[in-house]
Amino acid sequence: MNTDYIGKPTSRVDGPAKVTGTAKYAAEYNVPNMLYGYVVSSPIAKGKITKIDAAPVLALAGVQQVFSHENVPHFAIFDRSYQDEIAPGGSPFRPLYDAEIKFSLQPVALVVADTFELARYAASVLHIEYEEVAHETKLSQHIDDAYEPGKGKIGFQPPKSRGNFGKGWKEGVAHVEAQFSHHAQHHNPMENFATTVEWLGDKHLNIYDKTQGAFNSQLLVTKIFGLSKDRARVISKYTGGGFGSGLRPQYQLLLAVMASLELERSVRVSLTREQMFSFGHRPETLQHVALATAADGSLTGINHFAVAETSQFEDFTENVVGWSGMLYDCKNVALGYRLAKLDVYTPLDMRAPGAASGSIALEIAMDEMAYAAGLDPLEFRMRNYSDHDQAQDLPYSSKALRKCYHEGAAKFGWKQRTAAPGSMRDGNLLVGWGMGGGVWDATKLPASVRASLDADGHLTVSSGTNEIGTGTYTIMTQIAAESMGLPIEAVTFVLGDTELPESPLQGGSWTAASVGNSVVEACTKLGEALLKQTQKMDSPAFKGVKIDDVQFANGQMRLRSDSTQAMVLRDVVQASGEPRIEAENSTLLAKLAMLKPPKYSMHAHNAVFVEVKVDPDLMTVHVTRVVNAVAAGRILNPKTARSQVLGSVVWGLGMALMEESVMDHRFGRYMNHSLAEYHVPVNADIHAIDVVFVNEEDDKVNPLGIKGLGEVGMLGVAAAVANAIYHATGKRVRDMPITIDKLL
Amino acid sequence: MNSFTFTQAAAVDAAVREKASHEGAAYIGGGTNLVDLMKENVARPTHLIGLKKLGLDTIENTPDGGLRLGALATNADTAYHPEVISRYPLLNQAILAGASPQLRNMATDGGNLMQRTRCYYFYDLATPCNKREPGTGCSAIGGYNRVCGILGTSDSCIATHPSDMCVALAALDTTVRVSGPNGERTIKFEDFHRLPGDHPERDNTLEPGELITGLDLPAKGFAQHFSYLKLRDRTSYAFALVSVAAALELDGNTIKDARLALGGVAHKAWRDKAAEALLVGQPATADTFRRVAAKVLENAKGYGENTFKIELAKRAIVRALKQATEMKATVDTNAYFQPSAFNS
Ligand SMILES: Cc1cc2nc3c(=O)[nH]c(=O)nc-3n(C[C@H](O)[C@H](O)[C@H](O)COP(=O)(O)OP(=O)(O)OC[C@H]3O[C@@H](n4cnc5c(N)ncnc54)[C@H](O)[C@@H]3O)c2cc1C
Ligand code: SF4
Repeated sequence: MNTDYIGKPTSRVDGPAKVTGTAKYAAEYNVPNMLYGYVVSSPIAKGKITKIDAAPVLALAGVQQVFSHENVPHFAIFDRSYQDEIAPGGSPFRPLYDAEIKFSLQPVALVVADTFELARYAASVLHIEYEEVAHETKLSQHIDDAYEPGKGKIGFQPPKSRGNFGKGWKEGVAHVEAQFSHHAQHHNPMENFATTVEWLGDKHLNIYDKTQGAFNSQLLVTKIFGLSKDRARVISKYTGGGFGSGLRPQYQLLLAVMASLELERSVRVSLTREQMFSFGHRPETLQHVALATAADGSLTGINHFAVAETSQFEDFTENVVGWSGMLYDCKNVALGYRLAKLDVYTPLDMRAPGAASGSIALEIAMDEMAYAAGLDPLEFRMRNYSDHDQAQDLPYSSKALRKCYHEGAAKFGWKQRTAAPGSMRDGNLLVGWGMGGGVWDATKLPASVRASLDADGHLTVSSGTNEIGTGTYTIMTQIAAESMGLPIEAVTFVLGDTELPESPLQGGSWTAASVGNSVVEACTKLGEALLKQTQKMDSPAFKGVKIDDVQFANGQMRLRSDSTQAMVLRDVVQASGEPRIEAENSTLLAKLAMLKPPKYSMHAHNAVFVEVKVDPDLMTVHVTRVVNAVAAGRILNPKTARSQVLGSVVWGLGMALMEESVMDHRFGRYMNHSLAEYHVPVNADIHAIDVVFVNEEDDKVNPLGIKGLGEVGMLGVAAAVANAIYHATGKRVRDMPITIDKLL
Repeated sequence: MNSFTFTQAAAVDAAVREKASHEGAAYIGGGTNLVDLMKENVARPTHLIGLKKLGLDTIENTPDGGLRLGALATNADTAYHPEVISRYPLLNQAILAGASPQLRNMATDGGNLMQRTRCYYFYDLATPCNKREPGTGCSAIGGYNRVCGILGTSDSCIATHPSDMCVALAALDTTVRVSGPNGERTIKFEDFHRLPGDHPERDNTLEPGELITGLDLPAKGFAQHFSYLKLRDRTSYAFALVSVAAALELDGNTIKDARLALGGVAHKAWRDKAAEALLVGQPATADTFRRVAAKVLENAKGYGENTFKIELAKRAIVRALKQATEMKATVDTNAYFQPSAFNS
C-alpha cells in the first residue's frame, strides 16, 4: 500500500469547525417553536414518591406540562423494549414509570416550559413528597452477598481460572498478598448530556442526541415508543467527550422524545452537571491479589479476585480480573469476579472499563512481588513474558510488548534507577520511578460504509459511526483519500446519522479497525463501479481490465502495467450521466467471521514509566515525567494517536492522584457533583509526557493491521504512579486515589 | 433559579438605599460565586444591585503610606497592580493561588470577602445544612468533611471560609471599609468574618444592607520576608486543604515581627496572634517554627475525613515560615517544577 496519508501526522479535519464554534452539539440545534424540559431529580436514594403537587407549577404562565409517573403513559411494558444494544442483564431503569425511587438523583419529573429559565425555576418549586426507606450503598458491607454474574453484557466472559493456584502458591519461595480499592468515578465529559427533538409533524422526529451511537439511541426510541425507524432519525455529528458515558442512551433522550410525542412539539432536555452524576459510572471495586514466584523470579501462582458494585436492577459486568490471566506467563491462575447489588444507578463502561481498575491491583502487586523477589520491576516482567495467550490458549496475532519495555525503558532512562525506596533524590525532593502496563482487546465489528464520487471528483464517504473526539473524522478521511488516490481536500467523511449506513457504537477502541477497514472495502467497491463504467466508455486500454490491474492515484485510475494509461475519475463519473457513482461495502463476511472461534489472540499492549517527585515533609506529589510505549498495530495518524495516549495518561494520573466520586452513605448520594470538586488533572498537574509507538506489523488482526488506541494508553498508569510513590517514599498505598492524607 | 430584577447602581448611597428598599435584594460584584449559588437555588435573591458603576475599582496609595483597594477592583487587577507586587507580594501570591485566571478576571475584592463556604452540603439542597437553613442540622459532621475546618468549629457548623486572598489580608492587618444605612464605618479584618457558633448562617459582621467599599492595607507590607503556601488536591483550580500566609521581619536571624494566618482550616482566615508573639524575639529556625506550629494547632479538632489537616497544617506552617525566612521556595510551589529534559 502506498501511504500518502495513512500513517502521516494529519491535523483534525474537524478542527476548524470546533475552534470556530460551527460544530454543533446536541443542545445547540435551535429548532423553531421549541419547548424546554428540565429534569427534577430525587433527593433520596430509595423509597417512593407519595405526592406530586403539580397544580401550582402548571398555573405558572408558560409552563406547558409537568410529566411524572402519574401522567406519562406506559409506552412499553416489557424489559426487552427498554434494553439498548449493550444493556446488561436485568431490568433496565424506566424513567417516570412508577413511584419507586431506586437511586439518588433519579429523574422523578420533567417540567416543560416555554423557556429553559422558566422550566428550571418551575422545577425548583415543584413540591414532591417521598417515603424514604433504608438504602444500601456501601460496597464493603456487601462482600458477603456478592455473587458471580452470568454472561450478562454482550462480550463479557466470566474469568477463567487454570492450573492449581494453591499448588503454585506453595511452590513459590516469595509471596505477595494485598487488598486494593478505588472509588466510583464519573465520566464527566465537558458536554453535558442533552437531546433536542425536532417535531416534524405526524410523529416524525429528528432527534439530536448526545451519544456514542446514533443507532443505539434510535433502537431504544423505536422499541419503547413503537416508532418506525423513518420516524426516529437520530443525528449526532459531534460529541463533546464520551469516555463511555454515551454508550448507553441516557434518560434525557427518552424524556425529550416522550415530551415531544405527548405535546406534539419540539423539545430539548439537557442535564445539569449535578445530574451527570445520576447515571452510569466506573464502578467501585475491592480487589485482592496474591502472587508467588519461584527462586528464578518466575510466577508460580496468580490469584486475582474482585468485587464490584452494580445496581439493584441490572448486572453490570466488565473484565476486571481476566487480564491477570493473560499479561504474564503463569500456569496456575485463580480468578474471581463478583457483583454486589447496591442502591445506585447501574455502572457503565468508562475508558478501559475493567482493565483500568484491574490493572491497578495487578500492576501494584507485580511491583510488590518484584521487591519481594529481589528483582527490578522491569526485569521481573521480562522474566514472566507471555509469548502465548494462556487464557484463550491461542497464539498472538502480534505482540510487541517486549519492544515497549525496551524502547520505553531506554527513553525513560530506567537503567539509572536504584532499587531501594527513598534512594533517589533531586535536591531535597524524593524521586520515585515506577512502571506498569497492560493489555487491551483489538476488536473489529461489522460496519457499513458508503463511498460516493460526484461529478466534480469529490469523494464523500459515510457511515453512521460517531466522533467522540478521538479523531474518527480525520482518520477515515485519510483512509478514504489513500484508497481512492485523492487529495485529502477532495474527501469528506460524514458520520453521526441513522440515515447513513449502519455502524456499531463508538467504543471499545474498535472504531478505527471496524469502520477503517470498511472504508477500504467501500472504496474498493467504488473502484469496481468506476472500472465498470469505463467499460462503457471509449477507452481501449481499459477494456477487460480487472480491479487488481488498476491503481488509484492523483485523482486517476491507472493501469498498474502502464501508468501512462489513466482515466480521470471525475471524467468517469461525468461520462456515466449520473450525478455520482457510489458503492457500499458488504458486512456479510465480517458478520460470518464473528461467528467463528478466533484463531489468534488479538491485543494491544503498553508499558508505562513514571517519575514522581515528592516533597519529603508536605508529601505533595508531582508526576514530572511519563513515558508510555504502546504497541497497537498500525498507527493511522501519529498526531491524533498521540493525543489519544496523552489523554489516557492524564486520565491515569487523575485516577492515581485525585479522581473519585465521593458518596455520603447516610444519604446514598455522591456529594462532589461539580467540576470544582470532582477533581481531574489541570494543566499545572501535567508535565512531560512522551508517547512512543513501537513498530508492530500485524497482517492477521485485520487488513489494515489496526488495533485501536482509545483505551490501551491508560493501562498501568495509575499503578505506575503508585509504584513510583512507593519508590520515592517507601509508602505503599493500595487505595486510589492517593491523596495527600494517605501519605502523611 | 428565581427570576429577578437588576439595577446597575450609580453611586454608593443609591446602592445602599436600593438595597434597603427591596426585600430579598443582593449586591453583585463579579457574580462568580453568587450566580452559581443562584443556579443551585442556595441563594434566591429577587433583585440584584450591580456595583460596577460605583467607581470603586481603583487602587490608590493612602496618605498614611498604605494602599486602598476599591471593593470592585478585580482580583486580577489587584494581584498584578505594581504597588501590590512591590509592597504587598504576599497578597499577590495569595490571590494568584486562588481560582483560575478567568475567575480572577471577573471576581472582585469585595466579593472575595463575601464568598460563601464550599462545604458540599451547603451546595446540595437535598441535605440538611445549618448554614443554608438554620436549625436543620450539620451534615458535614459525621459526613464527608474533607474540606471542612479544624479550628474554631462549633457543633452547628464546621465550614471553612474558602478564600486565599483573605488569608493574606488577615495577615497584613487590613481594614475593611463599609457603607450602610447608618453611614460609613471600618471593621478590622480579624473582626470581619466570624466563627460559626450557634449562628453559622452569618458568615461575617456586616449589618444588613452594608456594602463593602474598600480595603485599606497599612504601610507595613512585609515585602522582604513572606510566603503564601497553599496545599490542595491538584496544583491549580482547587480550594485550599490548608494554606499559610507567613510574613516576617528579621534582624539577622532574629524575628522582630511576625504574621501568621491559615486558610482552609476555619470559618475565617485564622490569624493566630499568640503564635506570632511566640515567634518574636526568637531565632528563625526549624525548632522555633515547629514549636509555633504545635501551638497554633493546640486546640484543633478533627472530624474524621479532615483530621489529617491538623498534621498537614503543622508541616505547612513550618515550611511557610522557612520559606519566608530564606525567601526561596524550598521545595513544593507551583512554579518549582519545570518539565525536565528526558535522559535520552
Ligand atoms: C470553580 C471556582 C473555584 C474557585 N477557587 C478559588 C480558590 O481557589 N481560592 C479563592 O480564594 N477563591 C476561589 N474561588 C472563589 C472566587 O474567588 C470568588 O467567587 C470571588 O472572589 C467572588 O467575587 P465576586 O465579585 O465574583 O462575588 P459575587 O459572586 O458577585 O458575590 C459574592 C457575594 O458577595 C456579595 N458582594 C459582592 N460585592 C460586595 C460588596 N462590595 N459589598 C458587599 N457584598 C458584596 C454578593 O452579594 C454575594 O453574596 C473560586 C470560585 C469558583 C467558581
Ligand atoms: S459545616 Fe456548615 S455549611 Fe457544612 S453542612 Fe455543616 S452547617 Fe452546613
